[in-house]
Amino acid sequence: MIPAAPDATELIARARKLLAEHSPATTSRIDFLRARFDAGLAWVHYPVGLGGLGAPRALQAVVDAELTAAGAPDNDPRRIGIGLGMAAPTVLAYGSEDVKARFLRPLWTGEEVWCQLFSEPGAGSDLAALGTRAVRDEQSGDWIVDGQKVWTSSAHTARWAILIARTDPDLPKHRGITYFVCDMTDPGVEVRPLRQITGEAEFNEVFLTGVRIPDAHRLGEVGDGWRVAQTTLMNERVSIGGGRLPREGGMIGKAAATWRERPELRTHDLHQRLLDLWVDAEVARLTGERLRQQLVAGQPGPEGSAMKLGFARLNQLISGLEVELLGEEGLLYSDWTMVRPELVDFTGRDAGYRYLRAKGNSIEGGTTEVLLNIVAERVLGLPAEPRNDKDVPWKELAR
Amino acid sequence: MTDLLYSDTEDDLRAAVRALLTDRAGPDVLLGRIETGSPYVPGLWRALAADMGAAGLLVPEKLGGQGASHREAAVVLEELGRAVTPVPYLTSSVVATETLLAIEDPRERVTGLLADLAAGRTVAVLAVPLSAAPDARPATGGRVTGVADAAVADVLLVPRADGLYAVPAAEAVIEPQTPLDLTRPLAAVDADAASGVRLADRAAADTAIRRGLLAGAGLLASEQLGLAAWCLEETVRHTKERFQFNRPVGSFQALKHRMAQLWLEIVNARAAARAAADALATGSPDAPLTVAVAQAYCSKVAVHAAEECVQLHGGIGMTWEHPAHLALKRAKSDQIALGSAGSHRAVIAELAELPAPVPSP
Ligand SMILES: Cc1cc2nc3c(=O)[nH]c(=O)nc-3n(C[C@H](O)[C@H](O)[C@H](O)COP(=O)(O)OP(=O)(O)OC[C@H]3O[C@@H](n4cnc5c(N)ncnc54)[C@H](O)[C@@H]3O)c2cc1C
Repeated sequence: MIPAAPDATELIARARKLLAEHSPATTSRIDFLRARFDAGLAWVHYPVGLGGLGAPRALQAVVDAELTAAGAPDNDPRRIGIGLGMAAPTVLAYGSEDVKARFLRPLWTGEEVWCQLFSEPGAGSDLAALGTRAVRDEQSGDWIVDGQKVWTSSAHTARWAILIARTDPDLPKHRGITYFVCDMTDPGVEVRPLRQITGEAEFNEVFLTGVRIPDAHRLGEVGDGWRVAQTTLMNERVSIGGGRLPREGGMIGKAAATWRERPELRTHDLHQRLLDLWVDAEVARLTGERLRQQLVAGQPGPEGSAMKLGFARLNQLISGLEVELLGEEGLLYSDWTMVRPELVDFTGRDAGYRYLRAKGNSIEGGTTEVLLNIVAERVLGLPAEPRNDKDVPWKELAR
Repeated sequence: MTDLLYSDTEDDLRAAVRALLTDRAGPDVLLGRIETGSPYVPGLWRALAADMGAAGLLVPEKLGGQGASHREAAVVLEELGRAVTPVPYLTSSVVATETLLAIEDPRERVTGLLADLAAGRTVAVLAVPLSAAPDARPATGGRVTGVADAAVADVLLVPRADGLYAVPAAEAVIEPQTPLDLTRPLAAVDADAASGVRLADRAAADTAIRRGLLAGAGLLASEQLGLAAWCLEETVRHTKERFQFNRPVGSFQALKHRMAQLWLEIVNARAAARAAADALATGSPDAPLTVAVAQAYCSKVAVHAAEECVQLHGGIGMTWEHPAHLALKRAKSDQIALGSAGSHRAVIAELAELPAPVPSP
């Protein structure tokens, strides 16, 4: 018999037991995180043995609150965002039992960072056009991968990657694709920093030459990679907007603080624009809160895609306004030195950096234009764009 | 914690109001009435206010009302916004009712009037211009212009130098004006010659009027939300059916993105309007700020949605027989009603401590 899913009371009791047996004061960070995973308190909605307890997803907040209050370390979700938000749900849905057992624990504790090898120089928004090849080695059953990926965030810190590659060029583009877990330490993987608009290299180019991937590291069926990738992409969009923000919690807080602290910078024009954005930011916060309440009530709405679109626009407008507000100081930039950061810092840096980095918010994880298409077609039910590539073999498409 | 969802009761109420309006006050009915000088659909007010009990939602049961809250009244207004219905709900059942409810230490004449309003027997309107913001100090005495729904009022709540008075509408001079929004008639009101009954002294009247207008502004956001949602739904429906260049016009990306953008704004407007209704319902100290945020946001969205509705309908959108213009006229006048976005932003500047530049000497 399957035991009933634990409720809030039981989860709190389990969290207290974890704290009692592994006091954060005396346990090392990593030991605590491992113990937390093993206690099923990492992501409570995951299955028993894989960091969860099969509890309702909404109850994670109860556990987090209990552990945070006791000063427990967190797994620094910002540093391992791709693993948590995208790789994990895909591994859970499509991995074999061995694959799940091998990957999920170090992914969650942050011992292993993940990256996403999807985009290619010739396939961004039209991801299904990708050309990286994976060919089966008949003797070993391994897959041999050759190709180039681009704009790969965290490739320089990643231990593993989720990768999609073409396994049958004779089929139309959405069909002959297969989904793999790629070992970033394989000698065929070369990661080169790709400097970006801010001056630093947060993302990379990744060259794959004769990379050998065991068949056991395939997720889903051969040729079914597009469907598997949908799980990743859907989770990518949902993972934004999950957290609760206080009023002025995002970038608007920075701009408002500057406004309050620097009366000499104020102008009437900027005042009206600041108030307008303040309203937009407050309303976006309420929308996020409403989305969260819908999730708790078990009625997830399509509002999730609104969040990403809204944040992208707001971050750009607010950071842009702040550069203007700073006037003469806005003419300066903190530091153009090329570095390879471990994580993106959205609020810690100066306004000029934020302005430039926020430009990526409407490109990464699906461009604003592509997401508007998705809203128009899937939410509003408007007719799809006419397509001329649906039934054409990939190898015959114009590139 | 702010509850931003709809309860089952609220959903039921919505369905009932929608069914009534579809049945009795569809676009054809409204289009047939708007130029008669009396856009109100006969019998509709009775059905909504009295039979359905919508007029008394804000009034406690012991005073003869439904003992519900601003959350339910907001749902009614969403539906009235969707259908751009000409009924004195916002003016009588929200602004006037809330003003009376806010009179501290009410005497029999106040509670009696409230019971009549709650039962839908009497329509009362506050004799201030529709454009008055919650923090406006209304004029006392003389001719007041732009008073909404005065034409169907039985009682006028008249601010005077020494307090708030209830004046029988029949004793005042009420001259209809030509409104931009044909579904919300406006009139000039002069009640100086009428005596009336004093309901509150000046200080109490100021507080009460402020509360009435605050509730009005907060719930107007729901009317704007409903209107915007209707505009988008109609536009999506139309552009899926209308063919040009051998394709439904709704398959052109330039249009799809505009509709998707409106959808995003409406998702946000719903959160803002719900937050305002909930803050009013719970008497939250945050209500003035939440209401100002909702007004500053939702008025913009409603106008945008109505303007897009006209544009994306093409020539049909400019045609008198099509209801798009009713929505546009309502949205545009709602933008001015109960305080402009600018006046609400000024409130935000103060409450959120984002002061304007100091004027140069
Ligand atoms: C900061 C950053 C981090 C990233 N990290 C990763 C990562 O870790 N892993 C990874 O795989 N990728 C990553 N990317 C890549 C990202 O997913 C792609 O850049 C994105 O999907 C867009 O593809 P593209 O750059 O090829 O632009 P294109 O697809 O060439 O788009 C060019 C322009 O055309 C528009 N456009 C394209 N198609 C349509 C359409 N159908 N309708 C309307 N307009 C359209 C786009 O919106 C855009 O404005 C990252 C990108 C950025 C900026």
